[in-house]
Amino acid sequence: MITIENVSQSYDAEVVVDRVSASIGPGLTSIIGPNGAGKSTLLGLIARLQPLQSGRVTVGGLDVTTTASKQLARTLAILRQENQVSLRLRVRELVTFGRFPHTGGHPTAHDRELVEAALERLDLASLADRYLDQLSGGQRQRAFIAMVLAQDTDYVLLDEPLNNLDMKHSVAMMQLMRTLVDEDGKTVVVVMHDINFASSYSDSLLALKRGALVAHGGPEEIMDTEVLESVYDMRIPIHEVDGKRLGLYFGSPQAARQA
Amino acid sequence: MPELLDHTPSGVSSRLSPEARFARWAGGLGAATALAIAVFLSWNLLGSLSFALTLRGTRLGAIVLCAVAISVSTLAFQTVTANRILTPSIMGMDALYSLLQTVMVFSLGATAWITTPEPARFVVELALMVGFSLLLYRWMFTSKPGALHLMLLVGIVLATLFRGVTALLGKLLEPSEYTQLQDLSFASFNRVDPTLLAVAALIIAVAVFLLWRLRHSLDVMALGRDTAVSLGVDHRRVTTAVLALSAVLVGTSTALVGPITFFGLLVVSLAYQLVPGAGHGRLVIISALLGTLVLVAGQFVVEQLAGNSTTLSVVVEFAGGIVFILLLLKGALK
Repeated sequence: MITIENVSQSYDAEVVVDRVSASIGPGLTSIIGPNGAGKSTLLGLIARLQPLQSGRVTVGGLDVTTTASKQLARTLAILRQENQVSLRLRVRELVTFGRFPHTGGHPTAHDRELVEAALERLDLASLADRYLDQLSGGQRQRAFIAMVLAQDTDYVLLDEPLNNLDMKHSVAMMQLMRTLVDEDGKTVVVVMHDINFASSYSDSLLALKRGALVAHGGPEEIMDTEVLESVYDMRIPIHEVDGKRLGLYFGSPQAARQA
Repeated sequence: MPELLDHTPSGVSSRLSPEARFARWAGGLGAATALAIAVFLSWNLLGSLSFALTLRGTRLGAIVLCAVAISVSTLAFQTVTANRILTPSIMGMDALYSLLQTVMVFSLGATAWITTPEPARFVVELALMVGFSLLLYRWMFTSKPGALHLMLLVGIVLATLFRGVTALLGKLLEPSEYTQLQDLSFASFNRVDPTLLAVAALIIAVAVFLLWRLRHSLDVMALGRDTAVSLGVDHRRVTTAVLALSAVLVGTSTALVGPITFFGLLVVSLAYQLVPGAGHGRLVIISALLGTLVLVAGQFVVEQLAGNSTTLSVVVEFAGGIVFILLLLKGALK
């Protein structure tokens, strides 16, 4: 369980996260909202990437402000969108870094097995000896996710994991998220832009707008024209297809005009 | 700061594994360095053997110390500041040293400053260099976005200011004093005091050992700040430690022999090219060997071939620049 208590964050008098309180997990939770809503900032605060200005966050009972970073790294893994690496690394070496919190740089045979398993899981076995700079954007994205899996934490936070992925790999990525939740019992939190991907795979959705929490609930609750309008300031008709509630936000000039 | 991050080459031949590449280059550079040291010690020995060897040995000791200190500190400094262009030298260390010498000659007179006991001068220089760096690095920790860029800007502006004041004071000096000042403002291994050498060796050995112990954390830091934090590296603590240690390393070697940080950029860039895919443990070894080779060879050229008519920085930068351009033309650097 991730608990967020009254968390606010501002930069130069601009409020980026505005008094958010929520309990996240178990299961797969998507953070949705328009650009600049503070989704990534909130994710970063949960993962202690920035110091909290006010409020309190605990992950699996550990207070992220007071717990040693190394201990948190065995509980919580986060992957940001932009990942610049200034060393020339091969995929397997990158994934091995996921074991760093457990080994301090001296991986054992057991760690190597976990690395191979993570590579396998992301369909990277054939690319394991390639350098990162020889990969496409989507392959590199998968390599970083494999590193996060190798870290083997109960909580996994991903900032727009579908970035750079084609449809096939997007679906595979979301299915992987599901198996992490359903089979490995992990708590997964992702920042997503596509509400249909989010609602189809998530157990709950957390909607932010201008830093504030505007809605938090299951897909059936959030996938509602009124609720989505309060988040995105646009009318999104909801259609039920094969038992799934889908928002048809494109190809609808009327909807755009009405908003 | 993507524009500062020099991305690793994309087309370097991957036929050799990084391990084999490292073994080859470490062996080759080790042999070349040993050869250079042997030639440096034995070339054109005249008169009393033990006297000459003691003199040259002292110089060699200072060269090796400075080479290791500058190479290793530049490597670690570049990793924690996430760039491949900036070195402690650009941040104004050399300029500060020249300014200190000029101010001392200006206020005390050249003779008084030069005849000040070596240990006193060493302590003053070391304290000033380390103090200045730590003051400058404070800007790194204002925890505002863009703190690094602010620190760089402050460092480069201060370096320009130091050079300006140095030039102004230099113009006000007597020509004879100015000549003596010029000698002080260039790196020289000829005036190293053996006692100070031992002190500097101790300081540098401890600092390099501490950086060596951080090598795995530095590898993680190279993945970027957010990933490093996610992997449990205390980013702030490692950054502080590396900046403080590199201030001590650069300050010690500069106080020992004068401004000598110029070759750090050259050596570290070459090391990255020679062993792509290597972690910091290997990079430390390669850049330390390269640094030693470059300085020993450069000092040999200055002493034996140029008859002390030029300075080490001129030789190293001239030769290093040519090597760099050749590598670029050959397409080995990308």
